Amino acid sequence: MNEKVIAVVTAGLTTPSSSRLLADQLAEAVRDELSGRGIGSRIELIEVRDHAHDLTNNLLTGFPSASLREVLETVTGADALIVVSPTFSASYSGLFKMFFDVLDDQALAGKPVLLAATGGTERHSLVLEFALRPLFAYLKALPVPTGVYAASTDWGPNAAGLRPRITQAAGELVAALHHETPTATDPFNNPTPFEDLLNS
Amino acid sequence: MQFGVFTVGDVTEDPTTGTTVSEGERIKAMVRIALKAEEVGLDVFAQGEHHNPPFVPSSPTTQLAFIAAQTSKIILSTSTTLITTNDPVKIAEDYAMLQHLADGRVDLMMGRGNTGPVYPWFGQDIRNGIQLAVENYALLRRLWREDVVDWEGKFRTPLQGFTSTPRPLDDVPPFVWHGSIRSPEIAEQAAYYGDGFFHNNIFWPITHTKRMIDLYRQRFEHYGHGAADQAIVGLGGQIFMRKNSQDAVREFRPYFDNAPVYGHGPSLEDFSRETPLTVGSPQEVIERTLSFREHFGDYQRQLFLMDHAGLPLKTVLEQLDILGEEVVPVLRKEFAALKPAHVPDAPTHASLKAAAQRAHDLETIEEPSR
Repeated sequence: MNEKVIAVVTAGLTTPSSSRLLADQLAEAVRDELSGRGIGSRIELIEVRDHAHDLTNNLLTGFPSASLREVLETVTGADALIVVSPTFSASYSGLFKMFFDVLDDQALAGKPVLLAATGGTERHSLVLEFALRPLFAYLKALPVPTGVYAASTDWGPNAAGLRPRITQAAGELVAALHHETPTATDPFNNPTPFEDLLNS
Repeated sequence: MQFGVFTVGDVTEDPTTGTTVSEGERIKAMVRIALKAEEVGLDVFAQGEHHNPPFVPSSPTTQLAFIAAQTSKIILSTSTTLITTNDPVKIAEDYAMLQHLADGRVDLMMGRGNTGPVYPWFGQDIRNGIQLAVENYALLRRLWREDVVDWEGKFRTPLQGFTSTPRPLDDVPPFVWHGSIRSPEIAEQAAYYGDGFFHNNIFWPITHTKRMIDLYRQRFEHYGHGAADQAIVGLGGQIFMRKNSQDAVREFRPYFDNAPVYGHGPSLEDFSRETPLTVGSPQEVIERTLSFREHFGDYQRQLFLMDHAGLPLKTVLEQLDILGEEVVPVLRKEFAALKPAHVPDAPTHASLKAAAQRAHDLETIEEPSR
């Protein structure tokens, strides 16, 4: 009954992509960590690529299509997030950013997030700290201290180094789940009385 | 139920010919559209107010007065009047003046304006949008209802012993609608005063529009103006018609694909599914418009956007002929047959004047018994 919903947002462009590979390993590690504590989990995987047109349309029209709305609601309703972006031009990809641009800026407040990125070389690994972390700080989400960056070599000679980082980050995300997520007040269910607006 | 058209007043290139009309031509075209709207039996002509290109209508009362002089039945309205960046004193004066010239055929729709730079050009800040709308409108109401006003607020210089002239026609202020796409505070404001609420749903999905209208209805009842289904609701619509559906789609598609706001985004088919946009036969427009009632309840005013995205005037006038001859007569009949007796029509100058008279008579009758 105590099932946790983990939304995984991955913005790789190829099929399969290394971002998706990393996303799957992170999701698996979080699932193991939860089940080790006797907690069930449901993983909701979102490939941003599948919604690229809808995201553009949302930016242009100001509202999400019905199918994108469902995806956004999955993310905002999840107990925690795993986000993975490829590194493009020294930052997260434009497509990755678009996904978070169309969310309400309060939608992720208080939500634990595991930050992850992929790239061609280790030299980009600080993208997690100077690009992803400030973005999620702005969104008032709770990024866990350990981010996971995987370069090409992490899938071969350095694989032994990647595994402990994944386990460490997954453990931190599960620990963060005990935080109480503040629930935003719905202005439609709780409108500010007009006298208050007049007197403010 | 009232049917009409509303225009933004954009000057946009016709994507099929590459030609762009001049500002003067566009202003005159808006007048022709208003005259045509009366000619084909519509009830309302509303126009926007903008202070930046590519829009022309910066001075709505000048234009509406010019139209009033050439019409006799149609109600002249706005979509919207900027309650944030206009001085409420000037709104009170301008629209009372227009009311006299148009023999009461005037109402207004208040809006905030969503273009950031316009606010500082008028000495304001878009971040204060809601507060400006609340304070300015509260003052506007007093200026129309009290002969002498002493007032002090946050945004405007204080008033001492001020009388806004001319006084409203027959001492009945113009009816006010409040327009907002996504701010629950404005639905709350409309409900508090028992004013109308217009949701310009033309670019929005039904789920979103429904939340705003449901909130307004529920708060209208909360503030004691009547039952939720008696609240005064207005909706937008965007249509393009030809006898054959396929002809309408073929002709409108280049305008859709290049339109300001949504152009170069979703397909015409996707956008038609998600929003009220209906491109097809008159019968399809009738069915779509009737379906609004199923989502939002009985409502009082339906305005259509007919003239944007660079559509030539000739085409717009043809569209108005179809609207007036084939669509609105059917909609009038169908909506009237469905509307329960306790749901009111939209207030007009005549109905507001009669209501004021009744209230006055009641007072006079009650007085001797006190």
